[in-house]
Amino acid sequence: MELFAKPLPLRLRSIILSVAILALTLTLWELSIPSQKDAGELTEYELLTGGGAPKAGIPPPSEVLSKAWEQLSDPFYDAGPNDKGIGIQIGYSLYRVLTGYFLAAAIAIPLGFLIGMSPLMYKALDPYIQILKPISPLAWMPLALFVIGDSQASAIFVIFICSIWPMLINTAFGVAGVRKDWINVARTHELGSIKTAFTVILPAAAPTILTGMRISIGIAWLVIVAAEMLVGGTGIGYYVWNEWNNLDLTSVIFSILMIGVVGMILDAIFGAVQRGVQYTE
Amino acid sequence: MANSFLSIEGLAKRFPSPDSGSEPLTVFEDVSFSIEKGEFVCIIGHSGCGKSTIMNVLAGLDEATEGGVIMNGKEVKGPSLDRGVVFQNYSLLPWLSALKNVTFAVKARHREWSREQVMAHSYKYLEMVGLSGGAELRKPSQLSGGMRQRVSIARAFAIQPELLLLDEPFGALDALTRGTIQDELLKIWRGTNQTVFMITHDVDEAIYLADRILLMTNGPLARVAESVEVGIPRPRSRDEIVEHPDYYKVRNHLVHFLARRSKELAGTKSTLPGGRPETVRFGDDDTTEPERPNVYAINQ
Ligand SMILES: Nc1ncnc2c1ncn2[C@@H]1O[C@H](COP(=O)(O)OP(=O)(O)OP(=O)(O)O)[C@@H](O)[C@H]1O
Ligand SMILES: [Mg+2]
Repeated sequence: MELFAKPLPLRLRSIILSVAILALTLTLWELSIPSQKDAGELTEYELLTGGGAPKAGIPPPSEVLSKAWEQLSDPFYDAGPNDKGIGIQIGYSLYRVLTGYFLAAAIAIPLGFLIGMSPLMYKALDPYIQILKPISPLAWMPLALFVIGDSQASAIFVIFICSIWPMLINTAFGVAGVRKDWINVARTHELGSIKTAFTVILPAAAPTILTGMRISIGIAWLVIVAAEMLVGGTGIGYYVWNEWNNLDLTSVIFSILMIGVVGMILDAIFGAVQRGVQYTE
Repeated sequence: MANSFLSIEGLAKRFPSPDSGSEPLTVFEDVSFSIEKGEFVCIIGHSGCGKSTIMNVLAGLDEATEGGVIMNGKEVKGPSLDRGVVFQNYSLLPWLSALKNVTFAVKARHREWSREQVMAHSYKYLEMVGLSGGAELRKPSQLSGGMRQRVSIARAFAIQPELLLLDEPFGALDALTRGTIQDELLKIWRGTNQTVFMITHDVDEAIYLADRILLMTNGPLARVAESVEVGIPRPRSRDEIVEHPDYYKVRNHLVHFLARRSKELAGTKSTLPGGRPETVRFGDDDTTEPERPNVYAINQ
């Protein structure tokens, strides 16, 4: 029994455990569904007729999986305003998130630089940041709809406003914390202020800035679902809401999973960029 | 003295005291000395007497409360590429490789140079301090303390400044590495016409390296009290230097100063005009060495 003498590597064991948890959850879920269906004959009947009874049961995982297979094999079909592929819906959401997010970055990072470099600006702008930061981004929605008018642009504005704060605060914090020694290196080499900003302060503050950007993209992806539920029309948030109105719980569960997957991918991308600019002193 | 390469005139540094009512804290005052072109000068003094502050003023990174610095007939205002600094803590940019830390400086010095020129020049100095063959591609965090120190020295030498300012450059190194880098430093210095101003706590290091050693009294109200000339001819060898008749005279003088007179002289005024340090020279027939018992080999 030499084989069992040495335990498997941690990584392999964790994978085995993950798969086991998944299998167990899916099995329990699958097994629990029929008994629920059997609970009342009415439910069974209504399910068969496809009616939208509020007591409609949770679908079993097998159904969700086949839905996923069906959706993912043709993610970009477009059959009218209320029937678009999951790929198109996610595309809309990503478009709004990235537009609002990069607009926010374009303002937050230069402004954060300014605040971080100047104690005066820091003190002057701090009260505004402290008041604006805790406002739920969705609270801006009515105002945005009124002022901007367009619902698409309003959703982008909500993303903009929710992603600006972590980036602004982290940039200011990172820039203010750049070691005096490194600034002195720039000074003894007679670098101008622009050159110092790009070759010394930016790389020195980059890990902190990227942390802010990563937090922001996470928040933006959380907020877009809620925003699209409000403004409607397109996007993954609208899709979830629409499928709920259709009482298609299979699609609801599937799209919830997709929201998680896309969020994870966004986070992984920013995580990789963050590792790219990381340095050890 | 006005025609010296570098001349420091009546420098003083005061910090406002924490409680507003009382007197400001004077770290040092009446600091005046000059350095000739090509000289290697060390400055020694107890911790907190203001050596780093003086160096920062020379570098143009800090401003003195009184007095000024004149280099080549021009007043020092702000940092310049004519004055290369090796900071006490190396101050390498940690996100750049050792090589990039050096090219960073070379590019700043020679903005019009091509990539090839910058690389060739940087490698020349990295090789001079014995850093090549792969180590130069590593980040500072992946280098040993001695290697980082050498990168920092290569960076400062690569811009070929007229004046090199070194703040306790070998403080954290073991004896062997320290000796090697000292010799590298001397080799580079001898091959150029650069002037070196170096802070150190190590008496033997100062005697081995310097033409002249400035002695500071304790702070607050510190000043540069003496300028000790090291007349030992170059090139000096580490083994033979101790056999030179002046070696122990100089050494005892320095140790005695640090052990006793730096404290006794603290707060006193110079008797020479302008606060200039008293020159101490050994080896001449009329030795200026003051009368005192010869038992100050403390610290060692
Ligand atoms: N911002 C400041 N406010 C008040 N005092 C200060 C300030 N900066 C430095 N000092 C004082 O100035 C004195 C000189 O500092 P400096 O760093 O020049 O000493 P040093 O001679 O280099 O010491 P060491 O050998 O330990 O490096 C110290 O006593 C320190 O307390
Ligand atoms: Mg110091």
